[in-house]
Amino acid sequence: MAVRDILLYPNPQLKQVAQPVQHFDAALQAALTDLLDTMYACPGTVGIAAPQLAIDLRLVIVDASCARKPPDQPVHGRLVLVNPQIMEAHGEVLGREGCLSVPDYTGNVQRAEEITVVARDAEGDVQQYQFAGYEARIVQHELDHLDGILFLDRVVSRRTDLFPRKKYR
Amino acid sequence: MKKWFVLTVVGADRPGIVAHLTAALYDGGCNLGEASMLRLGGNFTIMVMVQHQGTAHQLQQLVQPVAESLGLRVHVDVSQGGPHQHLEPDVIIRIAGADRTGIVARVTQLLASAGLNILNLESDVAGTVQQPLYIMHIEGQAVAGVAALESALQIIRRDGVDATLQRIDTVIG
Repeated sequence: MAVRDILLYPNPQLKQVAQPVQHFDAALQAALTDLLDTMYACPGTVGIAAPQLAIDLRLVIVDASCARKPPDQPVHGRLVLVNPQIMEAHGEVLGREGCLSVPDYTGNVQRAEEITVVARDAEGDVQQYQFAGYEARIVQHELDHLDGILFLDRVVSRRTDLFPRKKYR
Repeated sequence: MKKWFVLTVVGADRPGIVAHLTAALYDGGCNLGEASMLRLGGNFTIMVMVQHQGTAHQLQQLVQPVAESLGLRVHVDVSQGGPHQHLEPDVIIRIAGADRTGIVARVTQLLASAGLNILNLESDVAGTVQQPLYIMHIEGQAVAGVAALESALQIIRRDGVDATLQRIDTVIG
């Protein structure tokens, strides 16, 4: 049980594709505990991915209920997602993101509005979840970490994203 | 110790301005911080934080030759702060309507008295020469809450201007 140092960009480990979890054992539980302790030690943080603690596993935690402002829609609360996969994605929406691994910077990122995710839980049982809006954004942000993708790779220009400069007929 | 300055450069737009200017700053031992470089009308405008060993006057002299060669005007201020002082906006306000005199003053006065701290304002004149549109995009902090800003936007809408507010719920993960 420990609050661990968070890897900061440009640490190359943040750009690596993480390995699937094979064993639901004590080592996995220890990793989970460290992720939870570290996430809850950073107020306002709503998700964390194992690679951010240099843990090379496809493992994330999300908790939309930790947002500084309560989300508009009902949320699942704390979820452990092991080997998660997005099965379906609908809609596109622009929203603001920041990252524990990129301090003092936020940017606008396009994400799917609704997603269906299949993942194993901490005990290894397969679960299916529907996420929408703010919570769906968290899940997509965290799942990107498992593929070595940071929100920096997806940020769109603050100036040009909302109003197209020209209308083409 | 190197101090931070705000360097402002304005002139007719042409290719290569950023490259030439930043090369001169680099060669002069400067470090660059946050910057806004954009085309406004036919002008190219640069505002950039520059960290420099000397005085404001010396920085001006460092930039002057390259600026003159590109037909640019230069202004230097001592910075009141340095990097890592970002404030996070919690609202986006979008304003659009037929262009008319006083629209920015009207909107921003109403929003300021409703507690908006503007962190970023960008506006464009779109449409056609005959029918210009004014489009404004404001990010800021709703210091007195979102409801106060919504009330201000209702007044703005009575002037025939479209005004929408969206909360920014930043995901930190």
